[in-house]
Order: sequence, then structure tokens, then C-alpha cells
Amino acid sequence: MSGDNEDTQTADDSQEVQDKVISPEKAEEAKLKARYPNLGNKPGGSDLLRKRLQKGQKYFDSGDYNMAKAKIKNKQLPTAAPEKTEITGDHIPTPQDLPQRKPSLVASKLAG
Amino acid sequence: IVFKVVVVSCAGAGGGNCDVQWCFSQVKGSIDDDVAEADIISTVEFNHSGELLATGDKGGRVVIFQQEPESKNQPQCRGEYNVYSTFQSHEPEFDYLKSLEIEEKINKIRWLPQKNAAQFLLSTNDKTIKLWKISERDKRPEGYNLKEEDGRYRDLNTVTTLRVPVFRPMDLMVEASPRRVFANAHTYHINSTSVNSDCETYLSADDLRINLWHLEITDRSFNIVDIKPANMEELTEVITAAEFHPNQCNTFVYSSSKGTIRMCDMRASALCDKHAKMFEEPEDPNNRSFFSEIISSISDVKFSHSGRYMMTRDYLSVKIWDLNMETRPVETYQVHEYLRSKLCSLYENDCIFDKFECCWNGNDSVVMTGSYNNFFRMFDRGYRQDVTLEASRENSKPRSVLKPRKVSTGGKRKKDEISVDSLDFNKKILHTAWHPLDNIIAVATTNNLYIFEEKLN
Repeated sequence: MSGDNEDTQTADDSQEVQDKVISPEKAEEAKLKARYPNLGNKPGGSDLLRKRLQKGQKYFDSGDYNMAKAKIKNKQLPTAAPEKTEITGDHIPTPQDLPQRKPSLVASKLAG
Repeated sequence: IVFKVVVVSCAGAGGGNCDVQWCFSQVKGSIDDDVAEADIISTVEFNHSGELLATGDKGGRVVIFQQEPESKNQPQCRGEYNVYSTFQSHEPEFDYLKSLEIEEKINKIRWLPQKNAAQFLLSTNDKTIKLWKISERDKRPEGYNLKEEDGRYRDLNTVTTLRVPVFRPMDLMVEASPRRVFANAHTYHINSTSVNSDCETYLSADDLRINLWHLEITDRSFNIVDIKPANMEELTEVITAAEFHPNQCNTFVYSSSKGTIRMCDMRASALCDKHAKMFEEPEDPNNRSFFSEIISSISDVKFSHSGRYMMTRDYLSVKIWDLNMETRPVETYQVHEYLRSKLCSLYENDCIFDKFECCWNGNDSVVMTGSYNNFFRMFDRGYRQDVTLEASRENSKPRSVLKPRKVSTGGKRKKDEISVDSLDFNKKILHTAWHPLDNIIAVATTNNLYIFEEKLN
């Protein structure tokens, strides 16, 4: 009987030692799970992949997209068209007020 | 049997193999720390002779550099690369059906082998591939009878004699024109294009499908791989890269987010859903963690020039596969193994999803890939040596030799070493290219292009 107990104890000891020597990856996993307890177990899986398939900023519609583009264009080119007034909501736009559809071409700095 | 490569750092000052010392040659781009998104370099590619070097950026622009011919005055210096042509390849578009923006970012540039005086390249964004012709014009016709030199028509009453127009030399003009637009064939985002060795066809790959095109035909393409499941809930992996074999026109490979590579033979069937070979390294189930699949995702696959091997890049390593052996790679090189104990934070800041590329040197003896902190790594397959170098403005004196860098992993940090926690994860080198014949490399940091070359005595 005592012999059996000793054997079990040795097995438990070696299991303990194994648990202590955790791979760095598993240690990082434990860290992540501690920070985000709601994280699912399957990291790959269709959720992550579907997010990847749908990469890109979603806009409400093409009008939303064009307004966002116009805002970025105005920010990047402070010298452009100061005489054009902001057309959103102030008055009914005329063709002269509308921003050009094509973004203006700025040369790459690699070619500078 | 497990193939394990023990890599020894080169004791000398050298680079790839102990003989090669790399030195700074040129850097392109602005010194400005404030980087505009459009200036982020997204692809770098030498043409087949190495004379031309193309870059693509997030703003949809392509810049092509041309190597100056070697000058007689300085025979020890190889020619510099100067701007040859630049053009706007793609522009942002709006997908009306999905209400998503289609980025103009150039994902890949591939050169066609040169067949005549003009150069051709394929550039692609997420949805559309374009074939660009780059041609030189160095003479123009002069002496028309009916037109003035500025193009205005002459008054016919003033024309009293006839002359023969002649070609006169003019300042070199390099023109880029889109010859073909291959659109509307990809539902998902294009990650690769590859020109076939037959020089007539090419493939384009998105997350779930691969299409085969003929370079002359834009209104039709053949779908050769389709891994889209009937039910998207069952999606388990996506295509991450694809490439044609360099000399077998019927063979191509594609890599997946699960770390597998499938080789397909187009002679077997029209739809290559059944692979001819599948390359996968067995994984120890005891070592499996939350991160295992993510870091096994292959970000790049490249055939060797010989066509005998292929190289894959996953998050932490570079693997060389013998095409005759599917069970495991023949060589594995650790790029930045010290990051394994940082995976938690790398997942939180999304760096774990960074897609690094890799490349072979001209004779397939050395491979190169990028890392963080503007470091890049070279592995010499023959001498079993590796080196870490840095692309930075601090080492940008002409012809200054690059000093090998070292990341300290243990507690004690030696002088000149940098600790893992001091690495700048915003400074990533994702894109590198090696001249097909010479020891000249192009390394792209976020918005600068560095050219390094072998020190010649």
C-alpha cells in the first residue's frame, strides 16, 4: 500500500514540475485570458476571418463617402479653393460649388 | 527525424555570408517624422534585369527608379537608382453594393519579362489589376508641311514648298500608360498576382479565390481555385498568397492562414480545388495555444529562382521547403523568436497580424525578411549564418558599412544591444527586394526606401 502511495506522489510531483515549466506562448495566452475573460476559445474561426474579409471602412452610403473624402481633401490641401464656401446645409449647391470628383494628384515623396 | 537548423551568428562584421559586407547606398523619401498615410510604401519589386526598381504606396502611386549605368570614373560603385517614372496607378473607389471604400493602396507590383523596348508591369489594389506600359520617347518628328511646331495648322496659302518631316532628338520623356484594366473579378481583397512563365497568363488571388487571366483579355478570367464554403459560418481558412512556379507553367502554389501550402497542377483539371501536393509541418498538440493558428498564418510564399524550393514566412519564422517533400520544411530560420513571450501585447496592438514578406538572393543562397525597429534579417543557407541589420537615417553616410545589430533576450544587456522592450513596433519592415543578379537590396521602412549594396573593394 505504501509503495503505491509513493508512486502516486512521484507522478504528482512530476506533473507539478511540468505545469511550472509553461511555454512562453501559453504564459502569454494566460495573460490574454486574464485581461479579456470573454474571449472565445477559438482564435481563428469564422469570426476573425470574416472580419478580415470585410476589411475597409463602412459608410452609410455613397453620399456619406463623398462627404468624408471632401473633408479629408480640404484638410490635406489648405491652399486649395479658399473661395469655395462650405456647402453642407447652408444653401442649395450649384454646379460651381460642388467639389471636383477626381482627387487632385500629389506626387509621391519618393520621387522628390 | 526532425530537421533543426542551428544558426550561428557571423563572428565577423559581415552580412549574409561572412564575405559580404553591406553598406548604405541611397535613401528615398522624406525625413519628416509625420508620415502622411498616402506615403506608406506597400510594395517593392525589382524587374527581371534589376535595372528598374518599382515601389507602390498607399496613395495608389507607383514610382519607378532606374539604375544609372556604371561610370568609368568610379568603377567600384554600382550605378545609383534615380527616378525614372512616376504615375497614379489606382484611385479610391466606392463599392456601392457593400457601402465600403475600395482603397487605392497598391498591394503588389509584378514586372513582365521584357520583350521589346517598352517595360510592362502589373499593379493591383484590392479589386482591380492594371497592366501599365512604360515607354521612352527620345525623338520627335519635326518639319511637318501642314502644321507649325507648336501644333497649329499653317495657313495653306503660305505653303510653297514640300519637305519631308524628320525625327529629331529631344529630351528623354518616359510615359506610363494603362494598357489593360482587369476589373470586377474579385469579390474579396486581392493579395497576390503572379505572372506565368509562359508570359501570356497570370493569376490573381484574393482571400477565397484564385483567377487565371490572359494578359490580352480583360473581359474574362477563369476561376481556378475556390475555397469559399457554402455556408460562411464554416469558414476556417483564407488564401494569403499565391505564386506561379518560375519555369513550370502548369504549377502554382497558394498559402493559407492555417500555415499550409497547396501546390496545384492546372493540367489535372480546370478547377484546382484538389491540390496535387499539400505542405504542412506537423504541430505538437501539447504546444498549441490561443496564438498558434494566428502566428502560423503564412504572410508570403516565394519560389526559389531554381524552382526546386519555396520559402514561406509566418509571424516568427522563415521556412524553406523542398518541393519534393511535403511533410516538413527542410530549413527553419527564427526571425525574432524573442517575440514569443510578447504575443499578448502584440495581439492587443494588432502587430501579430502584420504581414511580412521575404525574398531570395539571385543564386538562392541567402534569404531575407524584415522585422520591427527597422531591423531586417538575412539567413545564409550555405554557411548557416544570420545577421540583423538596421535601416535608419543614422547609418546613412554614403558607403558606410552597416553594423550588425543584436537584440538582447536575457537579463544582461550588453553595450550596443537593444532590449526587446525598447523595440519600436511602429517601425516595421514588411517589404524587401533583392536584385536578381547582384548584391543590391531595396528595403522599405514605413515611408522611406533604402538601397544597400555589397561593399566592393
